[in-house]
Amino acid sequence: MSVRIGIRGGIGESVRRVDGEPKVKGDFEYASDLSREGMLWGATLRSPHPHARIRSIDIQAAVSSPGVLAVLLAGDVPGKKTHGLDEADQPVLAWDVVRYAGEPVALVAAEDLELAREALKKIVVDYEVLPAVTDMEAALSPDAPRLHGKANNIIRSLRILHGNPDAKADVWVEGIYETGMQDQAPLGPEAGLAVPAADGGVDLYVATQWLHVDQDQIAPCLDLPREKVRLHLGGVGGAFGAREDLSMHIHACLLALRTKRPVKIVYGRQESFYGHVHRHPMRIWMRHGANRDGKLVNVQAYLLSDGGAYTSTSGPVIGNATSFAAGPYEVPNARLEGTAVFTNNLPCGAMRGFGAVQATFAYEAQMDELARALEMDPLELRSRNALHTGTVMPTGQLVSGAAPVRELIDRVAVLPVPPDEPAPDRDPMLLPGGAGHVGHGESLKRGIGFAVGYKNIGYSEGFDDSSQAWVRLSRDRDGPLARVKTAAVDVGQGLDTIVTQIVRTELGVERVALEQPDTRIGSAGSSSASRQTMMTGGAVQLACRAVREELDRQGGLERLNRPIEASRTYHHRVTGKLDENGQGDPHVTFAFAAARAVVEVDTELGLVRVVQLAVAQDVGRALNPQSVYGQIEGGSAQGLGLALMEEIELTDGKVRNASFTDYLIPTILDMPPVVSELIEEPEPGVPFGAKGVGEFSTVVVPAAVAAALRQATGRAIHRIPVKPDDLAGLRPALAYRKPPGS
Amino acid sequence: MVVRTRVNGEWREADVWPGASLLTMLRDSLGLFGSKNACEQGECGSCSVWLDGKLVCSCLVLAPQAHEREVRTVESLGAAAMNPVQEAFIEAGAVQCGFCTPGFIVAVTDLLQRDPAPNEISVREALSGNLCRCTGYQKILDAVALAARRIREPST
Repeated sequence: MSVRIGIRGGIGESVRRVDGEPKVKGDFEYASDLSREGMLWGATLRSPHPHARIRSIDIQAAVSSPGVLAVLLAGDVPGKKTHGLDEADQPVLAWDVVRYAGEPVALVAAEDLELAREALKKIVVDYEVLPAVTDMEAALSPDAPRLHGKANNIIRSLRILHGNPDAKADVWVEGIYETGMQDQAPLGPEAGLAVPAADGGVDLYVATQWLHVDQDQIAPCLDLPREKVRLHLGGVGGAFGAREDLSMHIHACLLALRTKRPVKIVYGRQESFYGHVHRHPMRIWMRHGANRDGKLVNVQAYLLSDGGAYTSTSGPVIGNATSFAAGPYEVPNARLEGTAVFTNNLPCGAMRGFGAVQATFAYEAQMDELARALEMDPLELRSRNALHTGTVMPTGQLVSGAAPVRELIDRVAVLPVPPDEPAPDRDPMLLPGGAGHVGHGESLKRGIGFAVGYKNIGYSEGFDDSSQAWVRLSRDRDGPLARVKTAAVDVGQGLDTIVTQIVRTELGVERVALEQPDTRIGSAGSSSASRQTMMTGGAVQLACRAVREELDRQGGLERLNRPIEASRTYHHRVTGKLDENGQGDPHVTFAFAAARAVVEVDTELGLVRVVQLAVAQDVGRALNPQSVYGQIEGGSAQGLGLALMEEIELTDGKVRNASFTDYLIPTILDMPPVVSELIEEPEPGVPFGAKGVGEFSTVVVPAAVAAALRQATGRAIHRIPVKPDDLAGLRPALAYRKPPGS
Repeated sequence: MVVRTRVNGEWREADVWPGASLLTMLRDSLGLFGSKNACEQGECGSCSVWLDGKLVCSCLVLAPQAHEREVRTVESLGAAAMNPVQEAFIEAGAVQCGFCTPGFIVAVTDLLQRDPAPNEISVREALSGNLCRCTGYQKILDAVALAARRIREPST
């Protein structure tokens, strides 16, 4: 066993990324870089209306357009006409009715992209525009158009009752909070290449987060057995939830099977905004009751989320948001209600933080409000109520793992705050408005805000989740070599490097080669929910241990002469569904984070400069510290974006800003330094004690930035992203009113 | 139309639609996929190349504008050994999904050629046309500082 000691590049080290060199050289092959001899380009015609009946579609002119080999409509889908992650309610191509502006209606394959786009313009669709419902509260009205012909527009409603939900308290605070629709905006667009195969099947090379769930949805629509729809991972340029649902997958396969030629589809940036789901906008009503001594007594919450036109993952997102709505605090009594509705807006689904982000913004605003009402220090209030190992959550779930909430608060609070430099002494780039040179710092106010939050790791509510890994240890003339195969996707987060580190540590072998993920091995589940280090890391560890056992039997590495291989599947512990009162054991485990934001506001212009973000995060154990810090920093940037600038603007269901000119993501001028602290308290029952790390800074940073802006301006900020109008007092904050149906 | 361009030191010809961008020509006609298309309108810098030595977004240059001119792409860097900027990006952890990385490598190499010792504000200003969605930019700033130091003091 001595070979394990001293192996380089194992777990705990900041090992260089295994895909670093091809990426810095421009050699890494992303899905959008794929090509084949004789390849055609596919393009998609989308509905301009949020709700309309399709009277007729005339494709004659498109069919005879130069270079066109196929024009397909819904009637050309050979199998099942719909797909979807939780509910197959999304048409492959719309027939009869379109339910959002941007919904795919027709496909073209042509010799090049320009010819395909020209042909799209020649397709004539006769629409009868129908009344649209584009507000989530309006969607609840009995008079609202019903998107799916059901009794109402509700996708999911749940209620969590805890203790005595009518318990009285000395002090109450209440508020309504709203979050906008955020786009994941991965830089790599949706892309894939479908290649027809001799056996009548198809090979799809695609950028995705979960190959097998794609395969499950694609095969029935193509009317092919699963084994004839083979998925292969194309290089992924970021995901953040945007690649959980299908985009161009079935379309490219349909065109390839029809034309018998390889077909590539790559979305442009504008199309990307229509082509994937987004973070749910939510409207959240909250009332917090506490005793005079600052102990929470009762939390009442009603969360409404806009699921858009199709189901996607709206169910688990509202489940998450509702189950976390009381925050990482000990709350003896609660009534937490959540509802997700259909509207004729863009469909919403997974994005980094998955429901926890919106809830955290609301409950942390409430905690600050409560601290003010109690005349208490806001951090003291949070510490006094902090959840800990042994706490029973509002769902009845016992927190059995690490839960260092108090420690996180203490650690983030003592991180140094940058000195407040007088405005006239500064480079103008360091003023709010920076490069625009719009002010000279005449009316600057600094504010500091805190937020604490948490989220589940892995899939919840009884989902049967697993990941399979195959490991083969052999020897060639350069020595021992471990080959590893899984279907797990490195979307950019660094999973391939973590897997390599795990193999080195477990087998004591430095040379590790990863095979390209595809559907020839069992599912690895999705690269989402901060789960892959636990799930695929766990599967790789199990497979390595099986190989190791055999190796030890053979007398160790020195005696390795014939290859040893093993395949193992990892399951996390079983979770359960919630009952009608929201009671159960829904989550595998949790990670916690605390953030502090230091901001500066030009109170006349409403412009903001974030001076610094500080994050303390509960990581269990950092398997690659550099990569963990990278996740915290990147997640913070997306949180800052949601707090200050990122929102898909919809007017009557139509997107007004589908480009990077109009939908702003943080640039290097917007991002302050991020100071982070890791708390390493290994999680029992999880491989290496390592918690997932991807989402937690995104959960807490928006709330911390909003808190800092409140402190700087004294204004009630109830909606993110916060706009200059809010900070300059030109748009009033949302006034409290009762939630719908109460 | 046929466009003749010197790309990474070699004269190449491409038959392109006159409205095609230089980026499209590089990728789809010349098979140089290192320059990325992420926004199509000059906002993200993922397609950064040099045109006659000047840093441009190749998505905003028409292919015919590159006729009889010299283009250098990310593929010209580090063909034999990685340049100090490429090394530093890997070492500092400045690469995640990597889609923005080729554009950053070109933009940072360009910056350090013009100013081998930029302060942080100049670095931020110079890179404000390159979007990254993964890193939050901190490790990119670390990489630039590391590369600048290595270029100034090659032994470190």
